[in-house]
Amino acid sequence: MTSASDPHMAADDVLLSVEGVSLRFGGVKALSDVSFNIRKGEIRAIIGPNGAGKTSMLNCINGFYYPSEGRITFKGKTRRKMRPHEAARGGIARTFQNVALFKSMSTLDNIMAGRSLKMKANFFWQLFRYGPALREEVVHRRSVEEIIDFLQIPHIRRTPVGKLPYGLQKRVELGRALAMEPDLLLLDEPMAGMNLEEKEDMSRFILEVNQQFGTTIALIEHDIGVVMDLSDRVVVLEYGRKIADGTPQEVKSDPRVIDAYLGIPH
Amino acid sequence: MLYREAGQFKSTYASDMVVFRLKEDRAGLAVIILMAYALAFMGSDFLLQAVLIPFLVFALAAIGLNLLTGYAGQLSLGTGAFMGVGAYACYKLMTAFPDINVIVWILVSGFFSAAVGTLFGLPSLRIKGFYLAVATLAAQFFLQWCFIRIPWLVNYNVSGALDAPLRTLFGVPVVGATATPQTRYIVVLTLVIVLTWVASNLVRGRIGRMWIAVRDMDLAAELMGIRLLQTKLLAFAVSSYYCGVAGALMVFLWYGGAEYDVFNINQSFFILFMVIIGGLGSLIGSFFGAALIFIMPILLGIVLPIMLAPFGIAIGAETIEHLRFMIVGALIIFFLIVEPHGLARLWQIGKQKLLVWPFPY
Repeated sequence: MTSASDPHMAADDVLLSVEGVSLRFGGVKALSDVSFNIRKGEIRAIIGPNGAGKTSMLNCINGFYYPSEGRITFKGKTRRKMRPHEAARGGIARTFQNVALFKSMSTLDNIMAGRSLKMKANFFWQLFRYGPALREEVVHRRSVEEIIDFLQIPHIRRTPVGKLPYGLQKRVELGRALAMEPDLLLLDEPMAGMNLEEKEDMSRFILEVNQQFGTTIALIEHDIGVVMDLSDRVVVLEYGRKIADGTPQEVKSDPRVIDAYLGIPH
Repeated sequence: MLYREAGQFKSTYASDMVVFRLKEDRAGLAVIILMAYALAFMGSDFLLQAVLIPFLVFALAAIGLNLLTGYAGQLSLGTGAFMGVGAYACYKLMTAFPDINVIVWILVSGFFSAAVGTLFGLPSLRIKGFYLAVATLAAQFFLQWCFIRIPWLVNYNVSGALDAPLRTLFGVPVVGATATPQTRYIVVLTLVIVLTWVASNLVRGRIGRMWIAVRDMDLAAELMGIRLLQTKLLAFAVSSYYCGVAGALMVFLWYGGAEYDVFNINQSFFILFMVIIGGLGSLIGSFFGAALIFIMPILLGIVLPIMLAPFGIAIGAETIEHLRFMIVGALIIFFLIVEPHGLARLWQIGKQKLLVWPFPY
């Protein structure tokens, strides 16, 4: 954990770097000239007031938006245009601010769907659900059950996720992202709308994912307490610009961040 | 309920993932299939020819549309035309190569339909919902135009209609005027059972999950590495395959010949209604839907006069016909109000309630 904030770290430990990214929608500039990087194994928080461009940033990283300018380098490869499914193949998984689960499917099937990329049995075997297709289903079912155990949701295994309470839906969504066994996990407000207890649970899961599986995590969160406790480094955006970048302590005492959150006296 | 879930433990994931997890359900299915075959020998020609064969054909077409609209969420109004492609392809194939078994050609003709369906599925990347329905309507009109205007499709025969030449299986006529309803029923039943089993394999596996994922939340699906266009086109292909086979069965094992008019827009709507009332995203719902829309009117036609007779009300055939439409229409509205997710959901709820009976949950 401490290594993440070590300034002498080798450059090849950078998993993802964002250099001078700008994003424009017509006349609106959602992001302008944002640069930061995410190191392997760290928890990186992106914070900022509403409309600061945090979600736009995530959307650029996983290919929903193409940056108008700038470069995004992931695992040493720079791609100007990356489609979301290519990002997925590259090992980027994501959860959404508003839960984006497959509502009519059970928890089990949702998480199984997260493993679609890992399943290789061809169409012919799928038709008969025999041989490789069946073996594969069993193998992946086992890994999905591990995730279900990890997230402590075995009781809702067969429940259609549309019927689940919000907190559990968020957890299933995390499970679905984990099923992809990503190198980089993007969490867009994983704790929005949760009560204290649910937040504690979710924080624990995020830390465990980071420590047990060594997954690099980038998260957007509004709860500053959570951000300060969880993250190794924080980048702060305001009006599409980066205004601070550093450890939680550095960021917390940065006057520009305080201004952005508390407002500037006029 | 006669049986419960209690006491049936699964010790392997494979046994936990079967369609029917309770052994009583499996036994029930076996009994239903056996009875279906037994009907071939016990049922009257009218029952087989006018009720069961069409029911199975419609159920197969409904499964086809359900894979596309119910599972993959792509609304299509081209079902009738895709059925037509199957029928015309089958006709061309069986007249061009008369020596090869007709069952083979029925199954192969589905591939032509699948190819055409895939082609007309291409707009689905860009357009969704009602707009896609309109795009598939283009398929309906274009293909129907082809059926009328291209005499090559019917081997230049003067009537412009498809006829069913004699074709045999193990020496028994299957297609043609001399084929008995029994034989045709058994052939249709077997094909429908096999294709339903295949469909259930598809929808329970990776492909089915990909389809549902695209239907429920396409953005998230794309993010899991699911390619939207390929997944949607696969749905169009498989769906059209089923519709094509259903179309071939319809013409050669039910009607014994048909004109282009069979594959008009009404047919597409007819199948769509079956899917909606039966239950979107449910295979058993496709059977329920076909039963409600097709068998219910026939039943009413038989039952109504008998029911009204004791009251001394004698009504003419035409009035019965009108009553039939009214009652079926009312039933459709009733079922949609009671359960907008279709008969399949009602069935599921009913089963669930019976499993925990006499307790409410």
